[in-house]
Amino acid sequence: MSRKLLDLWVGFFVVLGFAALLFLALRVGNVSSANFADTYQLTAKFDNIGGLKVRGPVKSAGVVVGRVTEIRFDPQTYEAVATLTIDSRYQFPKDTFVSILTAGLLGEQYIGLDAGGDEKMLSPGDVITKTQSAVVLEKLISQFMFNKASDGADKK
Amino acid sequence: MVEKSFSAVIALIRGIGHRLNTGLQRLGFAARFFVMLLVYSGQSFRRFHLTIREIYFSGFQSLLIILVSGLFIGMVLGMQGYETLQRYGSSEALGVLVALSLTRELGPVVAALLFASRAGSSITAEIGLMKATEQLTAMDMMAVNPIARVVAPRFWGGVISMPLLAALFSAVGVFGGYLIGVVFIGVDEGAFWSQMQGSVDFRFDVWNGVVKSFVFGVAVSLIAVFEGYDAVPTAEGVSASIKRTVVYSALAILALDFVLTSFMFRGL
Repeated sequence: MSRKLLDLWVGFFVVLGFAALLFLALRVGNVSSANFADTYQLTAKFDNIGGLKVRGPVKSAGVVVGRVTEIRFDPQTYEAVATLTIDSRYQFPKDTFVSILTAGLLGEQYIGLDAGGDEKMLSPGDVITKTQSAVVLEKLISQFMFNKASDGADKK
Repeated sequence: MVEKSFSAVIALIRGIGHRLNTGLQRLGFAARFFVMLLVYSGQSFRRFHLTIREIYFSGFQSLLIILVSGLFIGMVLGMQGYETLQRYGSSEALGVLVALSLTRELGPVVAALLFASRAGSSITAEIGLMKATEQLTAMDMMAVNPIARVVAPRFWGGVISMPLLAALFSAVGVFGGYLIGVVFIGVDEGAFWSQMQGSVDFRFDVWNGVVKSFVFGVAVSLIAVFEGYDAVPTAEGVSASIKRTVVYSALAILALDFVLTSFMFRGL
């Protein structure tokens, strides 16, 4: 086989391979939403983060505005500290409320931002303390059981 | 009687020692061979058309088996995944299941196994026969380095082809899953793609798959060229080397896959 024809087929093969990679990157994966161009970081403290994971989404009004980039334990206050990386196109007021929510009944956990009414905006590196922890199913059930039991005791 | 069983034990121990000794010796030679290969690679890159020729033979000619297997594996994943997911009422997650299992595991691993048996064995056979017919010695006599002229292009051809083949395998597999899930079974098309895009991350899933297939490419190509170069130059010796290429490649791929996976996806 002549060298030119060989080069042609190999070129075809390489282009096909890179097209497959591009397909995986753009159609199967999602490069655009996974990486934000400009970001700033906020820190939020929770009593309990439940099943929140690093790389979990941060949503406001259902739209992904950032990602959870770090979760660590603060040994002084015994709280969980989550670092949120937010797209710098989006600014949030100082009294933004942060809560850990679950997508669907058994879905992944994510952080929801509910904007408040403050005039001042959160600046990079700020710590948000107005948080609501994850709902732990066992605690919910035990609370329910205690209520039921005390109801039964009252009736007697 | 006692003396007989005693000598049998001695023979057994001697056999184990001999195997261990040859095994270690071959491993040492393989390491030295790999270093020589890297050293002479520069010399072989100056005549890059040799490598291009090998990409054609091991990469382009493996396209058919890779594409067809990828399509069928994707279709099977689509069917099996749907069967299991619909029990939990989450058949929309089919896209996620197909894409993640292909890009993370099946794409790199199965493509590498196919590559080892399709291209690796033929590389070993070619180099082994060249050695058996004393072509490698003839090259040495003409002051042509056989490692730079014969071995390095085949090695790099395999290393370059492997990630491209694995990416093609995954892409065609996702298409196969789409074909079964959306076109035949009727999973919602929007949910299929959007859930897939929501949970497949480029850096963590797709790129790690590419890294894996690159490592497999290096392992398979090295085993193939080494077994060929180290073959006993007889018909029987060459056949034994080809067998060893396929067996060692499969073992290396699966063992490396375990190691790489535990590094990449730890704590996720």
